Amino acid sequence: MQLAETFRSSISALRANMVRTFLTMLGVIIGVFAVLSLVSLVRGVQNYVTDQFSSLGSNLILVAPGRFGFENDPALAFSNNKLSIEDVENIQRDASTYIIGATPNLRLSKTVEYKTKKFLASLVGTNSDFLEITDLEVAYGRPFTKEEELVKSKVMVLGPQVKEELFGNRDPIGEKVKIGDASFEIIGVFTEKGFQSDERVVLPYTTMQSVFNIDNFSGITVKAKDQDSIEKAMTEVEIALLKDLKKDEFSVLSQKDILKSIQSVLGILSMGLGGVAAISLIVGGIGIMNIMLVSVTERIREIGLRKALGATSLNIGIQFLLESVMISVLGGIIGIILGFLAALAAQTFVRAEVPLWAILLAFLFSVFTGVVFGTYPALQASKKDPIEALRYE
Amino acid sequence: MEPLLKGIDIVKEYDLGDVKIQALKGVSLEVFKGEFLAIVGKSGSGKSTLMHILGLLDTPTSGQLILNGTDVSKHKEKELARIRNSEIGFVFQSFNLLPRTTTLDNVILPLKYSKVPKNEWKAKATDMLKLVDLGDRLHNKSNELSGGQKQRVAIARALVNEPSIIFADEPTGNLDSRTGQEIIDLFLQLHEQGKTIILVTHDSDLAKIAKRQVVIKDGLIVEA
Repeated sequence: MQLAETFRSSISALRANMVRTFLTMLGVIIGVFAVLSLVSLVRGVQNYVTDQFSSLGSNLILVAPGRFGFENDPALAFSNNKLSIEDVENIQRDASTYIIGATPNLRLSKTVEYKTKKFLASLVGTNSDFLEITDLEVAYGRPFTKEEELVKSKVMVLGPQVKEELFGNRDPIGEKVKIGDASFEIIGVFTEKGFQSDERVVLPYTTMQSVFNIDNFSGITVKAKDQDSIEKAMTEVEIALLKDLKKDEFSVLSQKDILKSIQSVLGILSMGLGGVAAISLIVGGIGIMNIMLVSVTERIREIGLRKALGATSLNIGIQFLLESVMISVLGGIIGIILGFLAALAAQTFVRAEVPLWAILLAFLFSVFTGVVFGTYPALQASKKDPIEALRYE
Repeated sequence: MEPLLKGIDIVKEYDLGDVKIQALKGVSLEVFKGEFLAIVGKSGSGKSTLMHILGLLDTPTSGQLILNGTDVSKHKEKELARIRNSEIGFVFQSFNLLPRTTTLDNVILPLKYSKVPKNEWKAKATDMLKLVDLGDRLHNKSNELSGGQKQRVAIARALVNEPSIIFADEPTGNLDSRTGQEIIDLFLQLHEQGKTIILVTHDSDLAKIAKRQVVIKDGLIVEA
């Protein structure tokens, strides 16, 4: 029998049991859908992190307390934080050949209040060099000065989103906002950059230390002169820090290093989630096998008849195998479409995308599922003795 | 004249572990072209086993089966399937039509396994259905037909590949006497057109319509 004819027989057999075919297919649909939507979601998160990092500025070198790496307890790094303003000064002085500037970094999440409005902003304490180091620009108003840094002035520059939430269209310059009991004067607003940087509030680190009673820095941000001097700058920064600190009390990382390690974590996450989703595809395959075995028993007389009329065992085997492959392939296609739609929907939040390799892999895997789980029932069908099969009641 | 089908000393043994059962104990039989033969026997006599072997659905334990001058008793499964398709037509007691399938597609089924080109299928099947007087039921589903109509579809299906022999296994067993008679008449008509028909039945009255009867008992031909 020609393949095209076998194909037609298989379609009509599947159509004869629409509901059952669909329910069987559902296992594969859910499996493929889960694989694709999870992969695309993790992709979205990866893109988000990358965008975040590039929005920080370019040619940045970050000094973190403790040793940076997976083998260490990250909490230890912060409890054992020895970074101080002397270290920043050492860097500014010793590494000046290769760097534009260095600033301490303090970070806290605090609710900023203006009259009845509230906004949970991320407070960043820096020195007055921060405009040169980060790529931030002041849209209107002004940044804080070295003097204000020294006298611990309660002034702050708002990210555009914070300004929008608290003041709407009004001019915030000169207005006072409150964080807890402390009152701060708004002296400037940053230009829009997108992402989380718009939710930032920048103030002198000295102010932040005294108001919130914290000593240590979350880190030190250094800006290299250009792309080529990053490597040398990193070495100089390390030498400068060693004057005051031991080797395992700090880490010097380039933006690229951090991004790479985050990407690798997300890569593992993506594979893990994909693996879990693939298990559901296997469950779907078992569903196919189960239904096909039922189908073989149900249609045993049909098998006997076809053999009596001239079908070979191969003809029968192919017919049943084709049915399970069609269930899984059709399920795979539907799952791919649904996964694609889910990725589109997720694009409202993150830049989710369905990579081509994931589509191909999902498709191949569904074909594979149909073949693997369809082979046993097909063999069972093909081995039926026509006499026994025709006698079956 | 060379017989169309010739069985020589056919033995069929079933191995049931401890015991071996001989369903056929050495049956020799000749069937000539254009013959209407009845194989008669009680249940358990071995007549069904004989039909299965003559119809190439089963192979003998020993003995020879010669169809159109070729020994087919040692043929492989694939070869037997091909010969069944082109040389043999079956009509069963319980019709065995594909459910939810039109009469036309039921009759086309053997053609799908044959070498007949696809563009001839519909015309051939339609001709056969007209022959059994079902020209107006081509597109009815098999479950919409009466018992007699179903059996006529089955006969059309058995004829469509123009086989050398038609086996009819209790073809009237599931029909009332009036429709049963219609089917008998149809077989007689086919016989007059020169078809070779082997009727297998337990009913010695029904067997009388055949021109020659072979009685089988305990795996042996007792009366020819």
